[in-house]
Amino acid sequence: MIETKSEYTYVGKGYPRKDGVEKVTGTAVFTHDLVIQGMLHAKTLMSPYAYARIKSIDTEEAERIPGVRAVVTGKELNYKVGLYVLDKDILAKDYARYQGEPVAAVAADSELIAEEACSRIKVEWEVLDPVLDPREALEPGAPLVHPDLENYGYMKGVFSPRAKTNIPHHQKVRKGNVEEGFKKADLTVKNSFYNPPVQHVPIETHVSIAQAQPDGKAMIWTSAQSPYTVRNLFSVCFGIPHENIRVKVPYVGGGFGGKAGIHLEPLCYVLSKKSGGRPVKLAMTREEEFNTMPSRQGLYSEFKTGVTRDGKITALQVKYYWDAGAYADYGVNIGRAAAYSGAGPYEVDNCKIDSYVVYTNKVFGTAYRGFGHLELLWGVERNMDIIARKLGMDPVDFRMKNVLLPGAATITGEKITEHTGRVDKCLEAVAMEIKWSGCKSEEKRKEEKRAGKVRVRGKGIALLHKAPAMPSSTSTAVILKFNENGSLDLMTSLIDYGQGTYTALSQIAAEELKMPVEKINIPWDSDTSLTPYDWQTVASKGAFLSGNATIIAARDCIKQIKETASRVLRCSAEDLVCENERVYVRHKPDEYLEYKDLAYGYVYPNGNAIGGPIIGRGRYMAQGLTNLDPETGQGLPALNWTYGAHAIEIEVDIETGEIEILKIASSFDVGQVLNKDLMRGQIIGGVIQGLGSAVSEEFRFSKEGRFLNPTLVDYKILTSKDIPHEMTQHVVETSQEDGPYGARGVAEHPMLSVPSALGNALYDALGIDYFRLPLNSERVYFGIKSGKKEFHD
Amino acid sequence: MDITVKVNGIEYRENVPANMTLLQLLKDRLQLTGTKEGCGIGECGACTVIMDGKGVVSCLILAVEADRSEIRTIEGEARGEDLSEIQRAFIEYGGTQCGFCTPGMIMSARELLERNPNPSREEIAEAISGNLCRCTGYEPIIHAIEAVARKKG
Ligand code: FES
Ligand code: FES
Repeated sequence: MIETKSEYTYVGKGYPRKDGVEKVTGTAVFTHDLVIQGMLHAKTLMSPYAYARIKSIDTEEAERIPGVRAVVTGKELNYKVGLYVLDKDILAKDYARYQGEPVAAVAADSELIAEEACSRIKVEWEVLDPVLDPREALEPGAPLVHPDLENYGYMKGVFSPRAKTNIPHHQKVRKGNVEEGFKKADLTVKNSFYNPPVQHVPIETHVSIAQAQPDGKAMIWTSAQSPYTVRNLFSVCFGIPHENIRVKVPYVGGGFGGKAGIHLEPLCYVLSKKSGGRPVKLAMTREEEFNTMPSRQGLYSEFKTGVTRDGKITALQVKYYWDAGAYADYGVNIGRAAAYSGAGPYEVDNCKIDSYVVYTNKVFGTAYRGFGHLELLWGVERNMDIIARKLGMDPVDFRMKNVLLPGAATITGEKITEHTGRVDKCLEAVAMEIKWSGCKSEEKRKEEKRAGKVRVRGKGIALLHKAPAMPSSTSTAVILKFNENGSLDLMTSLIDYGQGTYTALSQIAAEELKMPVEKINIPWDSDTSLTPYDWQTVASKGAFLSGNATIIAARDCIKQIKETASRVLRCSAEDLVCENERVYVRHKPDEYLEYKDLAYGYVYPNGNAIGGPIIGRGRYMAQGLTNLDPETGQGLPALNWTYGAHAIEIEVDIETGEIEILKIASSFDVGQVLNKDLMRGQIIGGVIQGLGSAVSEEFRFSKEGRFLNPTLVDYKILTSKDIPHEMTQHVVETSQEDGPYGARGVAEHPMLSVPSALGNALYDALGIDYFRLPLNSERVYFGIKSGKKEFHD
Repeated sequence: MDITVKVNGIEYRENVPANMTLLQLLKDRLQLTGTKEGCGIGECGACTVIMDGKGVVSCLILAVEADRSEIRTIEGEARGEDLSEIQRAFIEYGGTQCGFCTPGMIMSARELLERNPNPSREEIAEAISGNLCRCTGYEPIIHAIEAVARKKG
């Protein structure tokens, strides 16, 4: 149960999700379920090599198979796609840059025929040496993944691709003077950490349908998080005007960032064009999803920290090496966000961060719930524990000494105020929840060993923070339209693929308009020709931006209601009050009009009518954000910061390396709970996803760059049998001044510091520091076996 | 091949190719799209249906193997607008988020509760361990199933 101090009628309460009935009855329609008249099915031929030159492709035999309607290869497609750097072809052209990259595609009457045709396409390859490690990719003479990088278009003023290197972006943050800071330190500690690439694993794989219509218009149905971004990137790619592209998004079976950008839509479109305008559907199999669709980037991080004897950080120098894979996609922006978040939720006066996004010959990285923060916090929060230990300080006390509190400033110079959120309170809450009483002593561990204890316990704590990583000009809009019975349709292009945002927006509209949540309807399919603009469904910004837009739209409705009512009730609009779906003169509540009397205009007994349909418009734009200075990283990148903490208690079997998770306690400063039940669901779901990153998930590659575990058997996401015995959720509510009812987002945060808290707990249990994820039983076991205090493998 | 299957009480006679799976029969032929495909190779449980009283992954069963059998899918779980107790509990306890695993998950829950009306927490976790869910973290689903069992028991 989440305890909220909410005193509102609707906001904060635990309404069940509005899409519940459709989902439990199987009537919710997903893109996977869609069939469009005349639809063809597509398949792709993927590169078997991590890096290879395509010498020739012969499609003749494939084209002759009955039922094949179109075959395309990269050569005939002169388009570039990309979010921030235009570095990707729809199909690989001269080079395949990762194993799994599509090089040719077929549309046919059935999937089976398309698959058969793909197997008949002959490609002549020249296999090249891949570059797989981002640190090696930075060395002089390393193979270049994109030799033409300097010729690509990119978002100027924000990113900085460097010619003749593998670096599509390098983000710097400089604050104070690190050299001076290190001089003031009594102790300097160096640590480095590693996270492997992992995948989102939405249970609905990527799937799109596109149709090239004879009038030049493009119709797209797709399992995507951001219909307007798909439309815009599609327009940039093909030069089709925006109004001629219509993107429809039905129910989406999980996204987690993996469906945030544009993916299969352009390929479906070119196949449709080539097959004479038939709609073409391309659905990834699970294996294709792993091989072809984007991952979360791997990360190497290096920390050098200076601290005084009494535990104050005097200097911090960090290097992040992001394994972007073959294309920049969201990766460059993750590298950027990681730099300005890269010190963790701490006050650091002297800070130098270099975040390098590096191309390699692996499947490309993209946004994944947390946008780089789980990865960087694995380093930041393990580092904090190790330093505390070296200082002989309790890790909670050490953190308390350094956390960002009102009056402090972030490493990019943003001021922390009374309204920013309190990471210290989150820390206190989780420490209390797991009854933190200090680290286990070395003595105690020795004693356990002497006693031959097979199962040993440990506790660990880690903090987290994240702000939405988005352009300074991010905006959204909401339209509210009244129906004749006084009910309301809320229209948005923000996608709710399970987060519960639509239900929360209904509660906000209900609160503002003083009408029941049940009377507010949100159509689940968004459509760029019908529903108003939203930038993207990413970054935990949905409830915040769309919540504010909903408030403004609701107030617009109220204004219209009062305007018409003031004429009917012969008073000034200022004297009117809205309550219980009614509007009345303040001191005469018995003389009222119902919303339904006004919804389509008021009709007098003699037939005269005034007003007209009530439609509220609300728009909201992030306020006051700036680009970062390219040399110092100073600026205002953050709409708001959500802080939090995790604490974990575990029991480890030292004979098998198996970890049993006894308890995970989480706390976040959410500003204001919007729906306490759905928020709890977000937290539990996020914690378990984070635990997956912590204990099992990783892409494994051969030394040739072949992806070794592209199945759900070899790539393990957690099952119902892997969850902790107990999970608790706690919230702090430090009202966010510009948030809707004071709320801020918390969709990504629940997974962010689960791995670091687990790593800390593992040290507590075993007295061994692990530096790489995942902490699977194999790694834990070999760590124990090694007899070392530091296990780097 | 000609087969006869009863799906949610309705009898269908179909001519199916030998390589058609039960999942394809349900989704593509009978247009019962409530059952989902998350992998097609028996690894995710999204396609779970009940065949002659037993929970099966329909992507691994050939349509011809289903000849003369009785199949229950998510479409047969509610009586019109009257949701089953399991369905109501899934909504009440937060057992569904994106909803893609939900039909298969509910069929596994249904099969468990018919086989074992009073399952322990461990038995519930075991019964749905073949159904992957990336959204909910499973705990709310386990609670939902426990709540139904409690009510019945
Ligand atoms: S689709 Fe049948 S188990 Fe995954
Ligand atoms: S609710 Fe999304 S996979 Fe289970």
